[in-house]
Amino acid sequence: MRSFSLIDFVSLFAALRWTVALVVLALAFGAPLALGLALGRISRFAGLRWAMAACIQVIQSVPLLGLLFFFYFGMPVFLGIQVPALVAVTVAYTLYTAAFLGEIWRGGLEAVKQAQWEAGACLGLSAWQQFRHIIAPQALRLSLPPTVGFLVQLIKGTSLASILGFVELARAGQVVSAATFQPLLTYALVAAIYFALCLPLTLWSRSLEARLDGSR
Amino acid sequence: MNFLPLWRYQNQLIDGAIVTLELTVISALAGLVIGIAGAVALKGRITPLRWLVRGYIELFRNTPSLIQIFIVFFVLPNFGLKLPAFEAAAVALSLYFGAYSVEIIRAGLDSIPRSQVEAGQCLGLSGWQVFRHIILPPALRNAYPAVTSQFVLLLLGTSLASQVAADELFHVAGFIESRTYRSFEVYAVICAVYFAMAMSFKALFAVIGLAAFRWPRRR
Repeated sequence: MRSFSLIDFVSLFAALRWTVALVVLALAFGAPLALGLALGRISRFAGLRWAMAACIQVIQSVPLLGLLFFFYFGMPVFLGIQVPALVAVTVAYTLYTAAFLGEIWRGGLEAVKQAQWEAGACLGLSAWQQFRHIIAPQALRLSLPPTVGFLVQLIKGTSLASILGFVELARAGQVVSAATFQPLLTYALVAAIYFALCLPLTLWSRSLEARLDGSR
Repeated sequence: MNFLPLWRYQNQLIDGAIVTLELTVISALAGLVIGIAGAVALKGRITPLRWLVRGYIELFRNTPSLIQIFIVFFVLPNFGLKLPAFEAAAVALSLYFGAYSVEIIRAGLDSIPRSQVEAGQCLGLSGWQVFRHIILPPALRNAYPAVTSQFVLLLLGTSLASQVAADELFHVAGFIESRTYRSFEVYAVICAVYFAMAMSFKALFAVIGLAAFRWPRRR
């Protein structure tokens, strides 16, 4: 046993880079997949719409912790080879991000009136041009506040990677707490760091929402 | 892949699922009480109380539920409040759910236009009657979808209680895994059980919603 020192403080902040790395990985892979899911959900083909809705429904009805364990132990079973834990965790967070962002973005796309697509078609724009130049900018503006809100959920969600042994912020907190026997100080500090990461995003999301409301 | 060794653990799975349901329902009820009290406080005139509630909401919504459970379980004993795992998880999850409920219920109450309240007052209804007949029914309908989806998220979130060894479903998974070494199969089954529970609640809430809020929607 030793007292809480500068080293512990530094180790918490050093672990923060894994929290950030997990968020960046989840967004980098999850966002394109989310866009695909959202487009599939508003597609003309009923089969595609159903399939995408089912995927989203399944992922959203399973705990994030369950997804993490499923892929952590499942990847070797599916692929027949051992994969680094980071790959399995990234797959789980990617699917989690894709399901939630996909549903948020679908809402944004559907909120743009059908007549806007038709107006684009009347101007002779192709389907992709209609989406890219008419629908997407408006949908983006509408779905930005909940997207930022989900980012907060994702940052908080990365704390679950600690359970698989990832030394990110939450896990570093457990380690420091066990070494120093100072759970109060350690967990308060860990909570404060998460809070400092998430609060600005929450406030930003809220101000975006307020600005959107005023412009209606 | 071999699911057969799990077959004999079905009683443990059922027990775990029941504890998960208990944890969810207890936390949801306590959280809703916090939510209603918080929303009333936010609407009230006592400024320090409003600040207190705002601080509570921001604090609990911007930190991970896992850390909150750790704090209740590992830190509160330092202050002489030693809770067993289930109780600690229930307290932490109630506070987490409560923070979201306050905002949902406040938004539901705010969604009633002031003019409808005034219309009720013009008809000579008392303050309670205005609340009971004019504010409450549409406020409930507006808050209902958000409350129910938050409830499902709470159900899934109770899996974190396994990290302080509360005997809920995810903790049972760890137990079966340690006995059978069938890690993947165990977690596949556990995910399926959570999925079945979540879908059942979604279906139940949809049916209740249809039955309870049948009056026509304003277009």
